Formats: sequence, C-alpha cells, structure tokens
Amino acid sequence: MNFDFSDDQKQLRDQARKFLAEKCSPKAVRVVLDGKAPYDKELWKGLAEMGFLGVAIPEEFGGAGAGHLELCVIAEEMGRANAPVPFSSTVYLAAEALLIAGSDVQKKKWLPAIAAGEAIGTLALFEGKGNPSPKNIKLMAANGTLNGVKKPVADGAIADFAVVAARTGSSGRESDISLFLVDLKAGGVEVKNLTNLDPTRSQAEITFTNCKAELLGAAGEGWSILTQVLDRAAVLCAFEQVGGADRALEMGRDYALDRIAFGRQIGSFQAVKHMLADMYVSATLARSNSYYGAWALSTNAAELPEAAAAARISATQAFQHCAKNNIQVHGGMGFTWEFDCHMYYRRANAMALGLGSLSYWEDQLIDRMRKKNAA
Amino acid sequence: MNFDDTPQEAAFRETARKWIDANAPKELQAELSKSSLGRIRLANHDIVDVGKAWQKKKFEGNWACLHWPREYGGRGATPIEKVIWQQEEGVYGKLTQPFQIGEGMCGPTVMAFGSEDAKRRYLPKLASGEEIWCQLFSEPAAGSDVAGLRTRAEKKGDNWVVNGQKIWTSGAHYSDYGLLIARTDPNVPKHKGLTMFFLNMKSPGVEVRPIKQANGMQEFNEVYFTDVVIPDSQRLGAVGDGWSVSLTTLMNERMSIGARLATGVPEMFEFCSNLMLEDGVAIDDRAVRSKLASWAAKSSGLKYTSYRTISALSKGERPGPENSIGKLVSGMMLQDIATYAMDLQGAAGVLTGSDEETVQGQFQQMLLSSPSMRIAGGTDEILRNIIAERVLGLPGDIRVDKDVPYNKIPTKGR
Repeated sequence: MNFDFSDDQKQLRDQARKFLAEKCSPKAVRVVLDGKAPYDKELWKGLAEMGFLGVAIPEEFGGAGAGHLELCVIAEEMGRANAPVPFSSTVYLAAEALLIAGSDVQKKKWLPAIAAGEAIGTLALFEGKGNPSPKNIKLMAANGTLNGVKKPVADGAIADFAVVAARTGSSGRESDISLFLVDLKAGGVEVKNLTNLDPTRSQAEITFTNCKAELLGAAGEGWSILTQVLDRAAVLCAFEQVGGADRALEMGRDYALDRIAFGRQIGSFQAVKHMLADMYVSATLARSNSYYGAWALSTNAAELPEAAAAARISATQAFQHCAKNNIQVHGGMGFTWEFDCHMYYRRANAMALGLGSLSYWEDQLIDRMRKKNAA
Repeated sequence: MNFDDTPQEAAFRETARKWIDANAPKELQAELSKSSLGRIRLANHDIVDVGKAWQKKKFEGNWACLHWPREYGGRGATPIEKVIWQQEEGVYGKLTQPFQIGEGMCGPTVMAFGSEDAKRRYLPKLASGEEIWCQLFSEPAAGSDVAGLRTRAEKKGDNWVVNGQKIWTSGAHYSDYGLLIARTDPNVPKHKGLTMFFLNMKSPGVEVRPIKQANGMQEFNEVYFTDVVIPDSQRLGAVGDGWSVSLTTLMNERMSIGARLATGVPEMFEFCSNLMLEDGVAIDDRAVRSKLASWAAKSSGLKYTSYRTISALSKGERPGPENSIGKLVSGMMLQDIATYAMDLQGAAGVLTGSDEETVQGQFQQMLLSSPSMRIAGGTDEILRNIIAERVLGLPGDIRVDKDVPYNKIPTKGR
C-alpha cells in the first residue's frame, strides 16, 4: 500500500509553498481584502508561469498534463496561503467541466487560455437560496439563448466565461437541465458585484438577457455532468480547506507558544492545549479523507462520489473548527482586523457554502452509502 | 498513490490467507462476526479457552507474535507483515483479546530489559498462549498520574518483598505472569523511586478480586499484594529506572496500529436503515442523516488515517503522529452514537432486554460500556495532552510535585 503522495509530488508541494510564501503573503492578500483590487493579478500571472493553472490540463490543450494528484498538492498550498485568486472557479469547476463534457473545439478555445492565465472561468449554478438541485434551476435556455439570473456566482465579476446550468425542459426530471458555455464579455450579460463573507474571493449576480450560449455536453445531460464536476471540485476544495485548517492550527499553536499570561505560556494551560489538540484531530481526519478523495479522483474510481462527499464534510468541518478556535486561542487580538485570523475564518465559512452547504453534502454521503450498501 | 500490495506483500498475504483458511476455527466465525462494538459473545465457549487454542495453533504454524524474533517465538516479520496478518486474521483476531497485553506491552518490555535466560524462558510461552500476562501499573491513587503509585517493593537479601494494591488489571484472574511497577525508594521525587519487575501471579500473597463495573460486567480486577516475594532476577532494568522502563511499555502500546477500533458507525447505519419513525425510516430523516453523515466521515477519516500509517510502515518509515487520534475519536463517537440510538427509540430506549425491538440491546450495552473507552489506556484528557505536547510541541504542564520527595507529596485534597 502506498497511500501517500510521491516524492515528486511532495517536491511540487514544497515548490508551490515557497512560491506562495513569496508572492502571496498576508499583506498581498489584504490588498484584495481591503477592496483595492478584485483579485491578485500578479499572483495569477505567476501561477500561470509556474504551470500551476494547467497542471491537470492535458498537454494537447496547453497544460502540463501532470494529473489530479499534482493539482491536489497545489490546492492545499492555495488554501494555506488563502490565495485571493479565482483558482477554484477556473481550475476545479470551469476547466473540469470542459474536460468532462467539452467538444474538441471548446477545449481548444478555453483550456489553453486557462493554462496561460489568460482566461478566468466560473460555474454559474445557484439562483438565490438553496443547494444544488435541478428544481432550483429556473434560468431558461431556448434556441441557443439564455434568460435568467444567477447568484451567487463566485468570481463572476472577473470571469471571462462561465459554465451555466440552465433549464431546457419541464418534465420534472434531471434531464431538464443542460449546461451552456457563455462568453461573459459578449452581449446579453449584466454583472453586478455582491458583498460577501470573504472579500478575498468576489461573488457576483449575473443577469442573462437573450444571451447567446452554446451547449456544453449533450442536451439533457447537464445534471449528470454537473454532479461529476461538483464531486471533483469537492475533493479539490477539500485540499484547500485542509491547507487552510493546517495554517489556522499553526497560527494558534504559534500564538500559544508566544503569548504569556499568568506568568506562563498560554500553551501550557490544558484548556488551550486541548483546544489545539482537538483542532489537530479534525485536521488529521480531514487530511486522511481528502487523500482518499484524491486517490478516487486521480483514478476515476467508482468510489469517487462517496469519497468526495466524505472529504467535503470532513474538510469543511475541520477548516471551520480550526479557523474558529484559532481566533479563540488569540483572544481579543484574534478579533482585530489587523490580525490575520479573521481572513481564515471568513474563507472557511465561505468555502463551507460554495459547492453546496454541509447539510447538502451530508445528504449526499448518506445517499451514496446506501447505494453502495444496496449494490 | 495506490492501495496495492508490493509483490512481496502480496506473496506474504497469500501465504497467510492460505494458512488461515486451512487452520482457523471456522465453527466460531458466525458468532465472532456478530460480536460487535467490542463485545465478544460466544454461546458455548470461554474466550480464554478458544483463544488459547487459536494462539497455540498460530504458534505452531509460526504466526504468533510474528513481529518478534524467531528465537523468542516470533517469525521475525516486518511491521507491515504484521498489519497484513491482522487484516487477514479478520474476525479470528477477536480471539487474541486475552493475549494482547502480553504481546503488545509485557513481551516487548521483557525483550528490552530481561536477561537472555528470561527471554528464552518466558517469551515463547507468552507467544504460544500457554502463559498469559497482565500489566500491573494503575493504582487506586495513581491512574493518569501513574508515577504517583504507592505499592512498595523492599529489598530483603536477594529478594524483593511487595506490599500494596493495583487496580483496573484486565485479565488478572486468568493470568500466569504480571508486569509490575513498584516504589523502591519513597525518599526521592516520584519518578525516580520506581522499579519494574515481573512476577508469577500464583505467588503466595497475591490476591485477585474482580471489580463489578458500572456496566454490570466484570472484566477488570483489583490485585492485592501482601508480603509477596519476587527474586531480584525478575527485575527489569536498574533499581530506580522503573519509570523509563514503563515508557518503553507504554510506547509499545501506542505503536500498535488501532486497526480494530470499533466506531459504532456500521451498526448505527444498519440500525437507522431499519428503524421506523412516525414519518418513515429513520435514515430518511434530515436530522438523522446529518448526524450519521458526520460520524461516517469521522469513521472513514480514522480508516484512512490508519492507511497512511500502514503506508509509512510499508515503506519502512516510522509512522507519523497521526495514528495517535484513533482512540480519542472512536471513544467519544461510540458514546455519542449509543446515546443517539436510544434517543431514536424513544421511551423504549430505556429497555435493555435482548429482544428485537432494542436490536439485542446492543446500543444500551454500548452506552453503559462506552465511558471505559474514554478512560482505559489513557484518558481522553491525557491523550489530548500527548497530542498537544508531542505532536504540536506545546509546553508540558507545570508539575508542582516534580522535585518533591515522594513521601512529602500531599495525598488528600481536603
């Protein structure tokens, strides 16, 4: 059994960590946090130059053609650094959707642009409150045009194109849903920036009015493609969450070692030690579940749906837990804008919702376990 | 990243599987499979008797204590081979329960500190199951703070004379030998005045009394020592070095891979899939699903954490600290699951009879037994301290009794 990343993959992780430590310091993240830039363009360019944006994109489409284990390794580092760039929208959602369902022409148009850092993509799925469900998709597609409103759309205001889930039927079945590819710079698209929990990752409302769109995948296949995309993104996001959880745990640990109260390091008090130990437990469970997800993702295993849901749940809980208690360990200082704790708290709670909330994934896990048990 | 055996591992697995298939007590398989949540139910057999028979067979086939050197009754197997063996042994591994303390703790301590004669005399018989060992560490006034123990050993000529009391001793009533830590010098700070011994549990002056536990069962014992004589040749390590010897014992305990930890999740999943609530099957209920999914994710997290440890062993590396979370997570989870399973049964959850309605009372039993999972082998709090100090590098507690001679440490709170 070799349930671990290879030496090459670990080397890639070190390389990504070093790169992000230089180019994505908390100070750089704050430029976006404070609203002075919609995302870190320099960093985005650098990620393209390092080959990170196209790491899992095949060489024939301008990527490095390395694979998804390599992408997992980079995702973890992106989470650790709290990177203020549209990485998950572009790489986990848009690129994965293209890889699964795109025509050769579509792939050739967008994938090389993604790898080169020249195109930002996103997935326009949600329409207000609610979790992923065919029922919640009201946006209509007819005769190659879209009409309707999507919100929130992660990175919608900075994206060049979107994969849009739209209704093409009214039978009440999953086959009512189709996916479309939309050039957001063309006509019929109105984008409005929305304020959100985590200003380092923007959210938008996009209104489509007689907007020209082309099918991505076959008509009526949208929901099945979307389910696969969400599962794959769940694993990749889990690695970001694991990276964030680890960093929050480290911050808490370091502060507990530095801070003196009652004449001793606060890390010597059991109340603080046990809080940090519990954070380590959460982070470890999340990491192990995510490794399993990575294996399933990279081998396209039949276990992927269940593995993705378990990784998603575990990593969401771990990041929320570690980010929350990191503030608690810091005491009052942790509640200041000046300290970085709240950036992880914001990211943890925003990420907990992005692909569907915790309760949605809990539902998914049970359904998938039942399916397996019945088989 | 893959779950495959290396060719050598696959060959080893094949050999083990064939041997088990030809030799395992298959008549017990159904009953052992049904024994869940750490409880072994055998209708017509005593676990010690059938356990000894299986252990003897394994010993004769060279499969007992297989990571031990051959000259002491083992197979000289690698750590990963031991894991593979455990995976293949499967439900029959439950029969090894009476020997786990001997194999996991007492044997390794004798191996590290015993004389060559002692090793050759005692270890093969431990491995074959002919002699069962227990561990005599905890005392009524020394649980988590085991270095505060009171049992005295005084030197008389070539012998030591022991007086005192141990507690929570699993299997003392059927054990032949015991690993004993005792105080040999009360005038120095507590960690410095301890010495390790082993003794024959049938020695005059040893009295074993079963403890009736909170769950109504009797698995632990108190052991009383009245002028028990132990020859100096049965001392392990130097006089006064008992604490560091005990750390070897405890480290071996923690090195064992918690592959057999029960989490209660499969049982709970099945229970919720069958239980009818007012609005339908429990597993269709939103609140039930939420809890069940969280537990399932924790349980798979533990499983794949152990896979990471196994991978390190497979590569010949020292496992990382991640394996230290197993008992902490599973102990709390068992208790939470048992509580919730009863909540779902409503008023009938109070009943403990072994009828169908209460699913043979398995969760009720679990509720009553689960507190011990959070205490035995290191309390949840001690485990958190260990993670905080050894994994995260946080400072140790301030120990007010560290430099105080043992006999000057207060013994009463008020």
